[in-house]
Amino acid sequence: MSAVLRVADLRVSIGRREIVQGLSFAVEPETTLGIVGESGSGKSMTVLAATGLLDAPGARVSGSSVLTTGSDGGRSLELVGARSSALRRVHGDKVGFVFQDPTTSLNPLLTLERQITESLEAHRSLTRRAAAGRALELLEAVGLPEPEQRLQAYPHQLSGGQRQRVMIAIALACDPVLLVADEPTTALDVTTQAQIIELVRTLQRERGTAVVWISHDLGVIGQVADDVLVLQQGAPVEHRGVVELMDEPRHPYTRELLAARPRLGMSGPPPVDAEGDVLLSVRDLDVRFTVASAAGRRTVHAVDGVSFDVRRGRTLGIVGESGSGKSTIANVLTGLVRPAGGSAELAGEDVLNRASNDLRRRIAMVFQDPFSSLDPRMRVGDSIAEPLRVHQLPSDRRPRGERVAELLELVDLPAAFAQRYPHELSGGQRQRVSIARALALEPELVVLDESTASLDVSIQARVLDLLRRLQAELSLTFVFIAHDLAIVQQMSHDVLVMQRGRTVEHAPAVEIFANPQQEYTRRLLAAIPPDRPRAALQDS
Amino acid sequence: MSLAPRQLLVFLGRRLLYSAVVLLGVLVLVFALVQVVPGDPIRLALGTRYTEEAYQALLTASGLDRPLLEQFVSYLGHALTGDLGVSFRSGEPVSVLLMRRLPATLSLAVVGLVIASVISIPAGVWSALHEGRASDAIIRVTSQFGVSVPDFWMGMLLILLFSTTFGLLPSSGYVAFSDDPGEWARRVVLPGLTVGLVAGAIMTRYVRGAVLEVASMSYVRTARSKGLPNGVVVRRHIMRNALVPVLTIAGIQFASILGGVIVVEVVFAWPGLGRLVYESVAARDYSMIQGSVLLIAAMFLLVNLLVDVLYAVVDPRIRLS
Repeated sequence: MSAVLRVADLRVSIGRREIVQGLSFAVEPETTLGIVGESGSGKSMTVLAATGLLDAPGARVSGSSVLTTGSDGGRSLELVGARSSALRRVHGDKVGFVFQDPTTSLNPLLTLERQITESLEAHRSLTRRAAAGRALELLEAVGLPEPEQRLQAYPHQLSGGQRQRVMIAIALACDPVLLVADEPTTALDVTTQAQIIELVRTLQRERGTAVVWISHDLGVIGQVADDVLVLQQGAPVEHRGVVELMDEPRHPYTRELLAARPRLGMSGPPPVDAEGDVLLSVRDLDVRFTVASAAGRRTVHAVDGVSFDVRRGRTLGIVGESGSGKSTIANVLTGLVRPAGGSAELAGEDVLNRASNDLRRRIAMVFQDPFSSLDPRMRVGDSIAEPLRVHQLPSDRRPRGERVAELLELVDLPAAFAQRYPHELSGGQRQRVSIARALALEPELVVLDESTASLDVSIQARVLDLLRRLQAELSLTFVFIAHDLAIVQQMSHDVLVMQRGRTVEHAPAVEIFANPQQEYTRRLLAAIPPDRPRAALQDS
Repeated sequence: MSLAPRQLLVFLGRRLLYSAVVLLGVLVLVFALVQVVPGDPIRLALGTRYTEEAYQALLTASGLDRPLLEQFVSYLGHALTGDLGVSFRSGEPVSVLLMRRLPATLSLAVVGLVIASVISIPAGVWSALHEGRASDAIIRVTSQFGVSVPDFWMGMLLILLFSTTFGLLPSSGYVAFSDDPGEWARRVVLPGLTVGLVAGAIMTRYVRGAVLEVASMSYVRTARSKGLPNGVVVRRHIMRNALVPVLTIAGIQFASILGGVIVVEVVFAWPGLGRLVYESVAARDYSMIQGSVLLIAAMFLLVNLLVDVLYAVVDPRIRLS
């Protein structure tokens, strides 16, 4: 059988920099090619250039990328350098695309029906009515609940996972021979990720579509791919069948990616004394939000009667899907949200009605997004020094620059970084700066709210290492919030599982992972991509 | 596009209520205006025409001799029924004087906004879609020029060109549409072009910015990945999404022309609200100033309300949610 897409010596350069350096690969019918690498490795650019959708100003593409349609190897089209009219006939018809962030990749002003039917109208010249019927079939096929009602819905009325299902419906509208999925699950919870992986695999089997799946997470790639291409800085590192590649990685970079993927059974947090005194004590926490909209007001019960203790030097992991209320707890602890009821005490002092700045100093927070949580106009050193300045520290009249250098060193960054601006730093480096800033005031409690969720898995692994080391060295106490139980396991001594604002399960980590009591916890555990690639499990 | 009429009505109701509250606030401020003026407003208004009899007559007529609360209640009651008092200067009802000026101002604002839109939307969209090319640079420099040029100078240039040199159009004056539509059109062209060019230059920059921002959105890439013709991507996906911020600036431009473009009105001898306000201030005609401020505020609120409703029509996130 001839390949659906055959790419030879593909190169992309912008200015004098060659971002994709001579890649060759083929995608066979009904199979999935996984392309894996860190941010900036050129994986998206490779696929966009190969399919003629690259729209970067000043980018030059050379080499060859031949798309073959028709089962008998009938019609072939060279996509590199093709006229835009020829590419338009291919896009949406022969090649479908699913992009990373479902919150921004659907048009907010058009109904779901319109967003699905427009490619049918463009390629199949269906009447509006026939196209609407087909849109309904597609929404059913991607498993969107209540598809009839959803046809007239708008994207903002759907959850992230549902929007990604709609994206898949759009991509598959014209039964393409090739589906390009560019990090389609990266912005989703692990449970939603598992559902989307299953959905794409099912649809692929039913329709015989070839798939190119791009991800930074080799764990995900192991679940979807038949062949894997590992990219590092635009150059191919390894390109083999998924089982061989994951069982016997040849290249050190592949081994690094393998070690970084979040999975169960990795080393846990530093051991601590179970009987330390209680640092944080939360009782019957209750948070409600009033959501005002054009249609009136309604109350959302974000946190509903949650209680827990955190002992000094330990980490409590709080885990749950989006909307479970886990971030709301973080915001209560740091004083950003005022609860309707309940209490929270830090070493016996009321956290909720804080009278002094003192409590602010004792509880620090590290946020999710390293791009928006640092002021772009402030030098890194000034960002770290700001809390020191506010609290007039260090009190021993040492120059603040010295303390800043010390903090940078603590998070494994060179002291010279104090003079840099956030945009000169990578995502992982910025998150290290955020951690340094959080530690500046020597807090007793550090709240980490999805602090590694926006990072590549390889960067995430390094930041988790850093956090564990800091905890051991400085006897820090953490509240670690995440949607991924595999990450929580690496960090936590105790685990609190939340769903829709309530506690599902709360126990020492060892017990939760060895013997989960609740169905919901088991579901979260099952959503973690397993150690071995799926293809290997199917063979045995 | 499916409109959900119930939600839209609820939305409209809330907006109307909000506008009413703001209008009440304006009424209080306008009422307070006369009270906080240093000196005696009646004396100031009479100026050299001051006699004891004239003073007493105007004091009684204006009601300024009554207790403050009574004055306010009476002012409020009258204002809500459209009675804005009597001009200190001419003795005519303020509302009659305002209504006499309103058609000229409305003509200028509508024609100005139409011209501004006709210029700015195609120019801004083209400029954004050809970012960095020569045509983009020409449009940007031209719009910068339009923003920087004082409107009276633009008006005088236009008069010089179309009236003095080519003699195509009258240089000034206003004829009501109901009297002679053809003459109305001939006379509104030059002042309309003056305010339209200035507003259009400002709007072009906003349209360009809005289109540039939307064009970089992920959903535009999705639209392109469907293989849609370029025109469909631009119209359906880019322009509709760029419309929301453009509506805001268009509303502000429209309202500010309504509020009076004094210099343009002077250059073209245009009997608009701007000149009325100017003359009233010069003559210390307080009831007239009060009435004009109230009318201008009401028009601003009305335009804002209209813009809000248009938002809701365009954007389902505002309409539903």
